[in-house]
Amino acid sequence: MSGFPILTAIIVTPIIGSLITLCVPARRPDVARAVGFVATAATLGFAAWLLWDFKTATDTFQFVEETRWFDALGVGYIVGVDGFSIFMVAVTALLFPIGLLASTTLDHRVKAYTFWFLLLEGAIMGIFLSLDLICFFVFWEAMLVPMYFLIAGWGSSRRVYAAMKFFIYTAAGSAFLLASILVLGFLHQSATGVLTFDYRVLASWNGLASSTEKWLFLGFMAAFAIKAPLFPFHTWLPDVHTEAPTAGSVVLAGVILKMGAYGFLRFSFELFPQASVYFSPLLLTLAVIGIIYGSIVAAMQKDAKRVIAFSSLAHMGFILLGIFSITIFGLDGAAVTMLSHPLTTGALFLVIGMLYERRHTRQISDFGGIWKSAPVLTSFFLVALFAGIGLPGFSGFIGEFLALLGTFLAHRWWAVVATAGVILAAVYMLWMFQRVFTGVPDGENAKVHDVSLREIVVVVPLLALSLFIGLYPKPVIDRVEPTVKRVISNFERKTNYEQPKFDRIGPRHGGGATR
Amino acid sequence: MTKIVTPGIDWLAVAPVLALVAAGLLIIMLRALFRRATWVYDAAIGSAVLGIAISAVFLWRQWDSIRADGPYLALSKMMAIDGFAVFLGVVVLSATLLTLMLSSEYLGRQGIRSRPEYVALLLFSATGMLVMTTANDLIVVFVALETLSIPLYVLAAYDRNRMRSLEAGMKYFVLGAFSSAVLLYGIALVYGATGTTSLSGIADFLTRVTLLENGTLIAGLMLLLVGLGFKIAAVPFHMWTPDVYEGAPTPITAFMASATKAAGFAAILRVLLTAFASYSTDWRPVIWALAILTLLVGSVVALVQTDVKRMLAYSSISHAGYILIGLEAGTRQGLRAALFYLLVYAFMVIGSFAVVAVVGRRDHRHLISDYRGFATRQPLLAALLAFFLLAQAGIPPTGGFMAKLGVFSAVANPVSGDQKGLSYSLLIVGVIASVISAFFYLRVVVTMYGSEADVPDGEEVARGTGSRISLDVPTGLVLVVCAVLTLWVGILPTLLLDFARDATLIF
Repeated sequence: MSGFPILTAIIVTPIIGSLITLCVPARRPDVARAVGFVATAATLGFAAWLLWDFKTATDTFQFVEETRWFDALGVGYIVGVDGFSIFMVAVTALLFPIGLLASTTLDHRVKAYTFWFLLLEGAIMGIFLSLDLICFFVFWEAMLVPMYFLIAGWGSSRRVYAAMKFFIYTAAGSAFLLASILVLGFLHQSATGVLTFDYRVLASWNGLASSTEKWLFLGFMAAFAIKAPLFPFHTWLPDVHTEAPTAGSVVLAGVILKMGAYGFLRFSFELFPQASVYFSPLLLTLAVIGIIYGSIVAAMQKDAKRVIAFSSLAHMGFILLGIFSITIFGLDGAAVTMLSHPLTTGALFLVIGMLYERRHTRQISDFGGIWKSAPVLTSFFLVALFAGIGLPGFSGFIGEFLALLGTFLAHRWWAVVATAGVILAAVYMLWMFQRVFTGVPDGENAKVHDVSLREIVVVVPLLALSLFIGLYPKPVIDRVEPTVKRVISNFERKTNYEQPKFDRIGPRHGGGATR
Repeated sequence: MTKIVTPGIDWLAVAPVLALVAAGLLIIMLRALFRRATWVYDAAIGSAVLGIAISAVFLWRQWDSIRADGPYLALSKMMAIDGFAVFLGVVVLSATLLTLMLSSEYLGRQGIRSRPEYVALLLFSATGMLVMTTANDLIVVFVALETLSIPLYVLAAYDRNRMRSLEAGMKYFVLGAFSSAVLLYGIALVYGATGTTSLSGIADFLTRVTLLENGTLIAGLMLLLVGLGFKIAAVPFHMWTPDVYEGAPTPITAFMASATKAAGFAAILRVLLTAFASYSTDWRPVIWALAILTLLVGSVVALVQTDVKRMLAYSSISHAGYILIGLEAGTRQGLRAALFYLLVYAFMVIGSFAVVAVVGRRDHRHLISDYRGFATRQPLLAALLAFFLLAQAGIPPTGGFMAKLGVFSAVANPVSGDQKGLSYSLLIVGVIASVISAFFYLRVVVTMYGSEADVPDGEEVARGTGSRISLDVPTGLVLVVCAVLTLWVGILPTLLLDFARDATLIF
């Protein structure tokens, strides 16, 4: 299949779809929807093809396409995929058609909605595939506009405030990202004479002074920590989640939050290995605080959607924990969680959205006994819940286990504290489940009807995939691991960092797990 | 009898200017000869467009000759015919043409009767700007500045039945005259210090002679900066901007924001980068401070504006700050970034003001709250305004992003090591200002797209903009041209970036 620019196709297909949507007359929402489905389904098809063709034996970027964009700054359009990005692309491609299917109940301004939704998909794909820093930044920033309009146009009551908050927070972070990218590029130019923002070139360059590297790391971190979100930068998350439309929440929790983690993995680690090691205790601490704080606050929420929003904060904590453990296990775990969390949280948001459509409230206290009136819906929620809190057999378990294992090997006490988060997750989720689904339904709750075929089609693939990965994670690990090893060996080559040694996994054996 | 030696006239060098002057004079004559005829206005438009077109053709010829034989000085070194002049000439001519296209509908709506003179004044002002782009002598800078300013004073007050417009004209005139005087004083001091007013002469003198006492020169230079800083609306010389921008007829506001700014920067860039290039250690900190003040004051004060035109006025101030960033870098890259910014900004700001001009009503309120629900009533206009505002905020993939990328990269790539701290701090202030600016641009977008219940203040809901707005063809064309160019530059900037790269100063 060499020759066909599949990555460009993945980025461009949704954008073309959105442009076609623009031409559809506003009184034909069905046509706009159909265009949306075709575009997202085609993208999913391309992504599946990519997944199929992805080679596990190599740790370099695959399917690389390279063209010059504008020479004035040596900027190129470079796309490529490796073990980190492949699953983000895949899960993005999966969530968008599902999100669109979940929004068929939407009845106002369908055309504009589809337009922004498709544009968002194209921009997100661009973020995960770009290998040129400026190109990456363009997609990173361009993503804000469709997301802004989706929240502001179709969110709930305080949507304008939430949309503005989302935009300003992210723009603030990315401003520093842009400054750091430019400084990095020009430092590289003054050292080597080549002006380029090609990630592969910059990552193999090792000429930054240690203090400069720290500053640049902080600049990148500003963007990624806000997006991830890391603990003190998370305050936009609950508001935005609560106000966003269901599909917006699914995409937000599923993909947009992962962009921050992806940024750390992809850019911070290989561009600034020394600074990454230097700052890792700080970031680990913030991640642990995020886990514990997110879990406790989640338990206290009255709005079901806010519970899931804060649980996302906790889950992102696990991902960042795995990442900043800087161990093979930790990175594997983070990568698996980055794939698993969209599936489980996506399913949870979808079910909450279905409840909202039926009852027009998200207050936990308004519900009760839904199990009696809508057993299938409840079972969906229950399965998603267990998958989310990391019950063995589901993908959440694999990811969190590996992340904690990696952290334990490298930074024992952080792992010990973070493990409490697993228990807390069970507490707040099951507590919410009890209050919403168990008991005797009264009034409105008794009249809640069960799922439709469309809703089954929306939720089941997510849960099935989560179960599949939970039972058989090898295909995922196989694809992620070469890249993880590349990153770790990059650390060992460029810094005096050594990843904890262990002879074998299992019961303590001789010098087993030591630091 | 002594023979007066006159310099040989290089007709190609002055042809673009002459074309505009001729068109303007023709209009004045037609008006004088046929006082009552209604076709005079159409003829005026025709001759203006023709004049601009001829002027553009000559600019193009100049460009060819510069590419072939290199830049040169004409009219006994009074005018510099170089890529820089041609580039900014293109900006000025485009802005003039677009302003002209915006104006007919506006003049008609306001019931302004003396419309041919309006066209002529616009052309005379553009003439001054064209001269300014080529000015290689401080005297020419001054003459050009007056030529471009005096018609603008009149134009700002053109809607003479409206107090605000008169006030704008008066204010602009008084402060403009004052700044001209300051500029003139600066020129005198520089002349006193160097013995010449020619920019290349000054540069030559300063590289040959080391001044032991350079107080007069520095004072002159600073006064020059004050005088020119007024025209580009740099803080703290910006006080006139919001009132004048608000009061002036909206097409004239667009003209001032795009073309006048380009002309002001033409002078400031040429004076600093050629004549005073060897004194860059003296002026760079000043420009640095001006840039930071301009960026921060412009964007922070824009936050609290309730009137769209005032908001755009402050945003225009902050844009001057971004262009100053390019100047502060003091490099070829910085110059290119500043020029590119000026070109892109012209299209973005004319586009924005075009929508505002169309929306503006007879009572001339342009409150942001009047745009409430605008998106549902005028989806296309609202989308265009949102696009222009996001472009001004520097969101990719628009030209605004490319422009900001250019100036930021200029300052992220400082020439010498000892300036790194200054440059990086300017970079940081620049990115922070661009985040702040995102906020006030978005406020308008929010107001347009949010439903009426979302906006929490208690003012009365959307008056006036309710009636359907019918777009006339020229205005529609302006909007399309500006939008297409802004988007095109954002996606494929190479052509214009190369144009800006080749637009070098003669030195």
